[in-house]
Amino acid sequence: MTSMTDVHPIDPRNVQLTEDGKLRHFLSIGGLSKEILEEILDTADSFVNIGEKSVKKVPLLRGKTVVNLFFENSTRTRSTFELAAQRLSADVLNLDISKSATAKGETLMDTLQNLEAMGSDMFVIRHADSGAQHFIASQVTPDVAIINAGDGRHAHPTQAMLDMYTIRKHKGDFSKLKVAIVGDILHSRVARSQVQALNILGAEEVRLIGPKTLLPDNLAELGAKLYTRMEDGLKDVDVVIMLRLQKERMDGALLPSEGEFYRLYGLTSEKLNYARPDAIVMHPGPINRGVEIESVVADGPQSLILNQVSYGIAIRMAVMSMTVSGQMQQKNQQDQNNEEASA
Amino acid sequence: MTQITLPEVDQLIAQMAQQLKDHIARNGRDNIALVGIHSGGVWVAERLGTLLEHDEAMGMLDISFYRDDYTRVGLNPSVKPSSLPFDTEGRHVVLVDDVVMSGRTIRAAMNELFDYGRPESVTLVALLDLPGRELPIQPDICGQQLTLAPGQRIKLTGPDNLSLELQESP
Amino acid sequence: MKLTICGGRLIDPAQNIDELIDIHLADGRVLALGQAPAGFNPERTIHAEGLVVTPGFIDIGAHLREPGPSYKGNLRSETKAALSGGYTTICCRPDTSPCIDSSAVAQQILDKAEVLSQAKVMPLGAMTQGLKGTHLSNMAGLQHTGCVAVTNMRQPVESTLVLRRCLEYASTFDLRVVFYPEDHWLKADGCANEGALASRLGLGGIPASAEAIGLARVLHLIETTGVKAHFGMLSTARAVEMIADAQTRGLPVTADVDMAHLIYTEAEINGYNSMFYVEPPLRTEADRDALRQGVKEGVLSVITSAHLPHEEAAKMAPFAASEPGMATLETTLSQGLTLVEDGLFTLPQLVERLTSGPAQALGLTAGSLATGQPADLCLFDPQAQWQVSHDTLFTAGENSPLMDQTVSGQVKYAIVDGKVAFERQ
Repeated sequence: MTSMTDVHPIDPRNVQLTEDGKLRHFLSIGGLSKEILEEILDTADSFVNIGEKSVKKVPLLRGKTVVNLFFENSTRTRSTFELAAQRLSADVLNLDISKSATAKGETLMDTLQNLEAMGSDMFVIRHADSGAQHFIASQVTPDVAIINAGDGRHAHPTQAMLDMYTIRKHKGDFSKLKVAIVGDILHSRVARSQVQALNILGAEEVRLIGPKTLLPDNLAELGAKLYTRMEDGLKDVDVVIMLRLQKERMDGALLPSEGEFYRLYGLTSEKLNYARPDAIVMHPGPINRGVEIESVVADGPQSLILNQVSYGIAIRMAVMSMTVSGQMQQKNQQDQNNEEASA
Repeated sequence: MTQITLPEVDQLIAQMAQQLKDHIARNGRDNIALVGIHSGGVWVAERLGTLLEHDEAMGMLDISFYRDDYTRVGLNPSVKPSSLPFDTEGRHVVLVDDVVMSGRTIRAAMNELFDYGRPESVTLVALLDLPGRELPIQPDICGQQLTLAPGQRIKLTGPDNLSLELQESP
Repeated sequence: MKLTICGGRLIDPAQNIDELIDIHLADGRVLALGQAPAGFNPERTIHAEGLVVTPGFIDIGAHLREPGPSYKGNLRSETKAALSGGYTTICCRPDTSPCIDSSAVAQQILDKAEVLSQAKVMPLGAMTQGLKGTHLSNMAGLQHTGCVAVTNMRQPVESTLVLRRCLEYASTFDLRVVFYPEDHWLKADGCANEGALASRLGLGGIPASAEAIGLARVLHLIETTGVKAHFGMLSTARAVEMIADAQTRGLPVTADVDMAHLIYTEAEINGYNSMFYVEPPLRTEADRDALRQGVKEGVLSVITSAHLPHEEAAKMAPFAASEPGMATLETTLSQGLTLVEDGLFTLPQLVERLTSGPAQALGLTAGSLATGQPADLCLFDPQAQWQVSHDTLFTAGENSPLMDQTVSGQVKYAIVDGKVAFERQ
């Protein structure tokens, strides 16, 4: 299976990495190596049991300031980033910026430059425009670690990595796994990041399932097989990932009704029987019971939906510590180069 | 340059086990918990545990997240999870490392240890004690004191057949 | 003013001339080629050894930004940029602010251009009032004032009936109509070529069929109304095929492609480089190849600059939130020369697409150096290397995709109505 990065050259200015190939921003899964993804998963491993300690913190980012910049509201996602930053002992500032306040790029830049001047070390950003974080990392504040908490339809890399963590923890070796992602693929930044991550980590097969209005043909080039029927797509899979269906999809003639969607693509225990008996069920949340998934499945023994949440904190801690580490190394390298140049 | 004769590790550990036994008896601390610092300290602690016939599972600390030089050298990419498979509250912790030099690793380890709870006491055991202390930390029990020539580093190799190795840094 | 240009390589595709030959200008017109007429005593002689001498370039559809926000440019800056790029005539876009839907706005532009006496300006008028696509503009009045054609740019005319009436009305006055074909609803909120790349980047896609459907709708109405039409800035292989087919069937249609679509593909937007956000979007390699072939064969008889100057901030935003367009007037020649260098077409072919091609498409008296024609000329050094920068560009636009790069081919003189209107120091 070819991954998308083979089809199109990755951005030559790969802003995510330092000169030595260390993570300094976390913007998208595309362009990252298997080694880096595994390093994220391994690092997260050491954070997962931090909850066992009576002091649920490590002093890694003590004295650092993390700013949560959410141009789209999401209390849930923001809270997990906030908790992750706090467990790393960072100071956290939450800013919810409505789209109207930054309708123009100029003001977006002004906002960011102000925050940078306040001595922020990391921006966790969610934005409605695909590529917004990329723009910010490459143009505006290159010395502040940028973590993408979701951009438009493009990427939600921390969500994808916590899903990879869940899969690795409960299913092991990716090379033996068939994974199906079901629902509104078209609008899903989560699905895009998952497909890329699964390809890079060497999953045996990645399948996308949905009606053609939500499943454009060209997504196959991301490295996935496309299915329109659950009974074909779920056959023999080891992992089923359900996506959230936004209510506004009934507008714009993408779907006739929630009822018909549920009947065709909702994960019921009956449809889950197409998958392998030991298949696991995941969902990035929040779930719409009776739209994407039946309650018995969501709460059933094969569901790992709640585990995903706790792994999410560890993944975000891992990414935060790795990017700050990369930024600092880059800075030290530059200082050294400057010293040598002036000497 | 003076040639240093490197001690036999197993011999040192046997001797340390005896000292530790005496130390425990002297202080009446029969409820000890062994904790090794990743990675050399864990190997030494394992052998001490065998010699002391200590059958409780041992704790392991990877202090990467507690290092004070994180802002200079960055994150160790091969960080391992710390695990203390017991409650440290009220226990007499025996903290084991291979080499004590600046004392910074022990500082980090104690910080992490205390994030798990409040032990009754902490005893520091080290295979080697090298000069160069930067913090007020001294091992209670130590295999041997050693002075290296400038530019030399010492490394414990394992986990099977523990031995010491001298490295010349360039 | 009497002027002689001697020693240059004169290329005039309209007369099928490509040779080292002198040209003599008097009273704003071409007096003679070759031997000077007896008693001709030029006030100035330009020694053009090593230079290529051509009719001044003509552009269909550059945005001159006046009236409108002056921080994006104005007639002074942009007509100067035109001369620096070899253009002596600009048929400027009507989507100014306010738009060119009245004689008053058109006259204001013409008056100012005349005072500036840099490049000649021949506006395109709005086809509907306010470009809103519902009411006819005063086309006869616009034509009388000096508009050389009408267009609705990319603004939709929702009702096919209204569109048909626009064409019928324009054809009443033999007024040409320019289309930028695109199905508004298929385009939706797209900003990139629909395909795997846009999908991966999470950018809204504009399918190639949006162009084909827009084009098909207009072609059917051209057939029934007989209006003379020109199609601007085509971007897809399918559109080239459809134009070729229409031309074969004898429909009065011409078409152009802008230089960016001959040079770049969608691959440029990888990494969200907003400098390459243009309308229509950059497409696939197959599309680019078909466009190049269309230019070579003459199906596309015009190459345009699609010059759309912006201030820096317009591009300093996430891709879809940035403003589309490139500032290109001063680099179109250099980019065209790279295509000649690569053997895609000959230098005379390139010159033809920049001179007589657009003149014929809009029925202008320009684009040829035949005796008696207006003396609008461009003299360029095809070898001269220069660096594109804020210092070397005259446009107010800061959105050149070639910024800070070194390119070959530079205009040394631009002559308008027999006068040296631009001379590079």
